[in-house]
Parts: sequence; structure tokens; C-alpha cells
Amino acid sequence: MIELVSYGAFFLTLALTFAIMCLGLNVQWGQTGLFNVGVAGFVGIGAYVSALVTTPDLPERLGGFGWPIAVGWLAAALAGAVAAALLGALTIRLRADYLAIATFGFAVVVQLCVLNLQSVTGGPFGISFIPRPFGALAGDPLIFGLLNLAVVAAVTLGVYAALEHLTRSPWGRVLRAIREDEQAATALGKNAISFRLQAFAMGGAIMGLAGAVQGHFIGYISPEAYVPILTFQVWAMLIVGGSGNNRGAILGAIVVWAFWAASGALIAAIVPPEEQARASALKIVMIGLAICLVLLLRPRGLLGELKTVSRHVDDGKDAKT
Amino acid sequence: MMAQTIMNGLIAGSMIGLGAVGITLTYSILRFANFAHGDMISWAAYFALAVSTALGTALPGLATPVGPFSFGWSLPLGLIASIALTGLLTLLVDWLLFGKLRQRGGAVIILVMAGFGAALSLRSFLEFVFSSRPTYFTDALQIALPLFAGVRATADQMLGLGIAVVLVALVHAALTRTAAGRAMRAVSENQALAGLTGVDVSQTIRLAWLFGAALAAVAGVMAGVLVQIRPHMGHDLLLPLFAAAILGGIGSVPGAMVAGLIIGLSEALCVQFVGAEWRAAVSFVVLVAILLLRPQGLFGKQIP
Repeated sequence: MIELVSYGAFFLTLALTFAIMCLGLNVQWGQTGLFNVGVAGFVGIGAYVSALVTTPDLPERLGGFGWPIAVGWLAAALAGAVAAALLGALTIRLRADYLAIATFGFAVVVQLCVLNLQSVTGGPFGISFIPRPFGALAGDPLIFGLLNLAVVAAVTLGVYAALEHLTRSPWGRVLRAIREDEQAATALGKNAISFRLQAFAMGGAIMGLAGAVQGHFIGYISPEAYVPILTFQVWAMLIVGGSGNNRGAILGAIVVWAFWAASGALIAAIVPPEEQARASALKIVMIGLAICLVLLLRPRGLLGELKTVSRHVDDGKDAKT
Repeated sequence: MMAQTIMNGLIAGSMIGLGAVGITLTYSILRFANFAHGDMISWAAYFALAVSTALGTALPGLATPVGPFSFGWSLPLGLIASIALTGLLTLLVDWLLFGKLRQRGGAVIILVMAGFGAALSLRSFLEFVFSSRPTYFTDALQIALPLFAGVRATADQMLGLGIAVVLVALVHAALTRTAAGRAMRAVSENQALAGLTGVDVSQTIRLAWLFGAALAAVAGVMAGVLVQIRPHMGHDLLLPLFAAAILGGIGSVPGAMVAGLIIGLSEALCVQFVGAEWRAAVSFVVLVAILLLRPQGLFGKQIP
């Protein structure tokens, strides 16, 4: 029983870290229509910045300031925002798909830097001994797991509440107006490029924060965690959950992560070890097919159409008219 | 030493250029960045591998290397089959996915996203069928021949370079000199207006897909001969391909080839002077520079 509860807490904590990434993507794509194919890059930057700021000083590695975890999380969000703002400033005034190509390249470069800048990032070995919240209580897995769940849930709720507030605010209305009809919004005196840039930077900040929260929960980060698959997972979560809907983003993250974890466990149980790499390739085929199928059959996402889930979307519409 | 670096860069660049010509064609006519193009390159290589292996097993004479090359006649035959099969695959994907989304008339970015999902599925399916272990068309060893001033290249590499240049000239001629090419350019300038003047738009879109697929097939087989065949080979090429297409100017065929050569050269210089581990970053640096300085590309007409 206790094992079940602590596994449940572990699963939910990890799922919520994905939910935070998904909320960040929702600001960019769901609210503003900006296509980011480099989610893994922003998450990775956040995780590494926070790890560098909070880990104790090490002789063989640069950094390690030993600062409190909260400072690391703030630094991670800031780094994500700066990276997104720079990349956005470069491409947002050009064609929509240039941003996609640039973010794709950005993720490749982040991966390369993390792998090659060994004196800063630990290279392929990653960074271990990242301080974990309530690390002193790690002896009792149940209490430790539940406390961590509470922390991550609080961060998720905080981001959710802030985004809900922003969605209803005049700022959120401008974003949706630009997404729906840029010319009309510009004619009303709104600077579309500046608003897009703000939304993109905010999404980057939330992804950076998510990376930091996840890194501190696991206590260890390495380059393999920030490969393109992560980007695909977060996209699948948002599209399945219903883009444009913050609750959908959170629910999508939990549902897709549950499917991912369950199919992983199933493959581990029934497929012989030498075939497992191939079987998990099939798992990724499914994620890609799911993205395409939802786009074709249910573009608003599985939950986006339900009134109970998308209540605030209706509010937004009322406010606009 | 320097001359050899430039030679290596040109050989890799001609491969990038071929892929980039395919990207720039489909981009300018279909009006979206197709993230699945890289995976078409991988599929093409595996199609050619399957056909040439089957031919080589059935008729061993076809597998014996021809002249100075590392492969027998089974490979060119495999390439022809691969052009047809890759063409069918792109038409299938268009019919199942992109065509339906186009009909709905949604935003461009939905097409980009669908391509992204399709790319993921296509790539992982290859990995499922063939596993991620690299393979080769032949296991024949090739000795690099001395050319001039201490520069060496294998016969395969010289053939690849030649094919790339000839193909680009042919595609450029087809676009500028034939009726179908004029129709393609008309559709890329203004789809509605082209339709009004009697151009069959959906036929032209299919033709653009087929052109892109054929170029992807050649690029894939060439990459398979010169480097190796892996399910991720096309995906790893995608960033250089996009960078070359934008650097050359979207829609410009000679521009894409020249830009491909520039990227190949920059990568070779990076490997020589900075370190092989940073090679993948070169395309991003080029991309950032071109977006900052001249977003319409070297040979592009207007700001996209």
C-alpha cells in the first residue's frame, strides 16, 4: 500500500513537471500561435542553469555556487526567457515557419553545447547531486515523495493561476486577437510583433522553470534527457489535451505520460530485452500518429471541446464581444 | 591539407545541396516548411537498399562492383525503384494528411505541425523495421585516388559530385524551360491566379511532390553510399537542408545548390579548425547569420 502511494506520488510529480512545460507551450502555441519545435532546448537550458547555480562547488567543473533551490528556479526561468526572446527577436517578424526552423536548430545547438562544454555541464556524464527539495527527509520515501509532490503541484498551480489570470487580462485578449486577425489587431494600435515576442519569452521562461523543477526532483541531469523526443512528448500532451486550454494542457500531460509510462512497462514486461529498443521505436510512431490524427479528426484536442474543461475559453469569447 | 578540406566540404555540400533543392521546391510551391523531407531521404535510402539487396541476391552478377565504383548495377536500379517508391510514399502522405488539411484551408503552421508528426512516425517506423544499427550498400573497400596537388577522393565521391551538379542544372532547366515547370512557378507565385489561367493546381502540387521525392531519393542513396544508412540520417540532415534552402533563397534552385556547397564547406572548415564535435552547430550559425543580415537569402527575390 505504502509502495503504491509512493509510486503514485512519484508518477504524478513527474507528470506535473511535464504539465508545466505543456503550460509554457500553451502560451506560445495555444494562445499566440507560435510554433516551437525546440521545447527540449528551453527545458534543457533551465535544468542546467539551475543545476549550476545550486550544486556545491566542484574543482573539476565551472560553477556550482551552492545557492538555494528557489534562486536556481528563478535563474532557470530567466535563462529560458532570455533564450526565447533572442530567438524570437530573430525570427518572429519573418514567416511563421522560420520560427519553427530556428527553434529546431536551437534545440540541436543546446544539445551540442550540453554534450561538449564538459567543463561547465559535465559533458556526457551530466550533473549529479543536484539538491532535492526536502533532501534531508529522503530516508522516508513516503513523506519525501508526498512533500515533493506538494512542491511541484504548488508550482504547477501557481503557473496555472498566473496564466489563467493573464488569459483573461487585456494582455491575453490582445494575444488571441493577434492570433485570430493580425490586421485587425494592428489596426487597433496593438504592436503584434512585440506582443508575440512577450508571449514567446514567457513560454520560454515557463519551460526553463519546468526543466529546473524536473532536474531538482530527479537529482541528476544528463544530455540524453533533452533530446527531440521530449519536444514530441510535450507537443503530444498539448494537442491531446486541447491547445489553448490551460486545464487541457495539464490533463493532457498526465494522460500522455500515463500512456507513455504504461506502454514502457508493458514493453519491458513482454518484449525480450534485445528487441526493446525497436519496440520503443513503435511507441514513438504512435505519438507521431496521435499528433496527425488529432490534427485531422479533432483539431481542438480531446478535451478542448468539452464545456466544463474549456469554460474560460467561453469567458474569453464573451469578453471579446 | 587545406585543398583536401575544401574537397571534402564540396562533396558533403553537394549532398546537402541536392536535399535543399528538394526542400526549396516543395517549400515554394506548397508554401510550408516540410519537416518530413529529411525522413523521405532516409526512406529513399532504405527503399534503394531493399531493392538493390534483393536484386543482388537474385542475380549475383548485378552486385559485383562496376569499374572503379564500390557498387554494382543493382544500386542504380535500386535508385530508380527508390525514386518511384519514394514518390508514391510522398503522394500517399499528401493524400492522407497534407491534402486533407489544405482542403480545410487552415493556417500554414498546421501543415508544418502535421509534417512534424508525420516525420516522427516515418522515422521511428524505419527504426522499428530496420533497427537503429547503421548499414551499408556494399562492404567493398574503396581507395581514394590522387587527383591533383595532393587532393584525394574516391570514385564514388566524384560521381556524387558530378550527379549533383548535373541534376541541379536539369531541374533548373525543367523549371525554366518546360510547360510543367512554368506551371510550377506560376503556382508558387500565386495559386489562385494560376488556377484561373488554366493551370491544374492539384496536378502541379503532385508534380512538385514527385520532384521533391526524386531529389530526396538521389540525396538519400548518395548519403548512403558516401556515409552510411541509418534511420536518423535524414533527420540529422534536416537542419543543414533548411539552412541551405533559406541561405539560397526559398524557391531558387541554383541558390539552394550553392548554399548547400557553402554549408558543406563551412562544416568541413569547422571540423578542421574548431573540432568535429561542433559540426552540427555550423548550420545554426549560418541560419542565424542569414536571418539577421539577409532574410530573403542570397538569391531570393522578396522578403518572405
